[in-house]
Amino acid sequence: MNIAVCISSVPDTTSKIEFVNNNTEFDKNNIQFVINPYDEFGLTKAMMLKESTGAKVTVITVGLADVEPVMRKALAIGADEAIRINFEPKESQLVACEIAKYLKDKSFDLIITGKESIDYNGSIVPGMIAEILNLPFINACIGLDLNENEVIATREIDGGKEILKTSLPLVIGGQKGLVYESELRIPNMRGIMTARTKPLSVIEPGDLSEKVISNGFNKPTEKAACKLIDSGNVKELVDLLRNEAKVI
Amino acid sequence: MSVLVYAENWEGNFRKGTFEAVWYAKQTADLLGVELITFCSGNLEESELEKLIKFGSCKILTATGLEKFDSRSLSSVMNDIVNKYNVDTIIFSSTYTSKMTAPRLSIKINSGIVNNVISLPKSADCFQLKKKVFSGKAFELCEMSMSHKKIIMINPNSFSFTESQYDSSIVKENIEYNSTEYIKVESKQKSSGKINLSEAEIIVSAGRGLKGPENWNMIEDLADLLGAATACSKPVSDIGWRPHSEHVGQTGKAVAPNLYIAIGISGAIQHLAGVNSSKTMVVINTDPEAPFFKAADYGIIGDAFEIVPKLINEIKHLNN
Repeated sequence: MNIAVCISSVPDTTSKIEFVNNNTEFDKNNIQFVINPYDEFGLTKAMMLKESTGAKVTVITVGLADVEPVMRKALAIGADEAIRINFEPKESQLVACEIAKYLKDKSFDLIITGKESIDYNGSIVPGMIAEILNLPFINACIGLDLNENEVIATREIDGGKEILKTSLPLVIGGQKGLVYESELRIPNMRGIMTARTKPLSVIEPGDLSEKVISNGFNKPTEKAACKLIDSGNVKELVDLLRNEAKVI
Repeated sequence: MSVLVYAENWEGNFRKGTFEAVWYAKQTADLLGVELITFCSGNLEESELEKLIKFGSCKILTATGLEKFDSRSLSSVMNDIVNKYNVDTIIFSSTYTSKMTAPRLSIKINSGIVNNVISLPKSADCFQLKKKVFSGKAFELCEMSMSHKKIIMINPNSFSFTESQYDSSIVKENIEYNSTEYIKVESKQKSSGKINLSEAEIIVSAGRGLKGPENWNMIEDLADLLGAATACSKPVSDIGWRPHSEHVGQTGKAVAPNLYIAIGISGAIQHLAGVNSSKTMVVINTDPEAPFFKAADYGIIGDAFEIVPKLINEIKHLNN
């Protein structure tokens, strides 16, 4: 079996977000980059499938050379090969098209993405990859069992979950539940050493004309100071919520 | 030219997010001076469809034989509608279904697409839209190409929209669709919460300060009294005290209620990212240094086990 795991390099969740160049660019200085948490659940699932079925796992990332540490980490965790598509991922559509272009004709059985990236939160790339490759797609996937070509998957929906039956090849958008937090893997020394010699290929993208451009960023306005209410006077809180904030 | 909105239903019923999307689409259609077309999947009762009139729907297309879970069929039907009615802009509420369907449609019609939008286009010549990025830690201004079709996915609970009097009745047309099923639903399970987190007006959320899952009764009681949804912090869902579907924060759900009550949650940056779009935030925590006090509008420094029962009493008193 051939598994592709699409990963993004994103700021660690504890990062403070700042912008530079007149608020047109995200400030990468002093930011710790990590594998997008939703993708990491998918990568871990791929490792489990590799162990149970002997699957080959390829990780694919769109980004400039600065994303390579995160790709090496995925190799250290156990991926066999890494592909970097060499451009700054600014628009979801370009990212999806370039990834799909690579995946096409390579006979991948399972394409795992995260349901979204925690930086630009588009949630658009996985569905687009599925459409371009004309494959079924399960988003918000919180469970996946493979039996030969038959797939039993669980997906989260508004107000519950659904157990689904489908077949490979398939695209999934993973999240917590696909594997649990406690099952995430930390690369060991041997993994880190072997990752250095595993293949990491760089391929160049095609046409990069955008349909959506960025005109800059801003941050939420600072809130006024918190109004503290004495713990002996809970009634005052209820009064404020009703009469001042008008929310109850 | 026209604007198309996907009016999603859940077992035959619309939700607040559907009305929000229809309202948004009507504002956009009026801005462009074009007709609004509403599309619903499934066979809906006339009385349910009529609820959309107040938000601006007039021409409504329904499609039967279409299973909502199959994003391929749904996007194919919408592709046909886009071609038939010369649709320029398509509006979705950002839900699980639309996140599967809209990207497919975007490829089919070669459109631009933006998700998590929190502003209306201001002019018919330039669609500049504000969207949430970095899980709510920042906003981005995006400009969509006017020479392409446009798909806008709006962030639920982001607009204070109202009903209007439209002097119209529904013109309904049904499309019969022969769905080829790629994905079969074997079974469904409903989650325990009665109210959908992404659309909830009020959310009562609790963290490790509650000390154990057995102490959640008072959280649920408070939520019931307020008609609120319940949520939790990441550590609580990681230890398994509460289901993952309740985890609110950067790697869980992003929410935007009118009122968010955080009980025994310190307010790590990842949690605040998921909740800082709330209109009013209340924090109850024993630790006066908890970061949540910097983000909240109202706070009580005190023990949840003491404060929450008092709060329940006061609200009962108010409701009477």
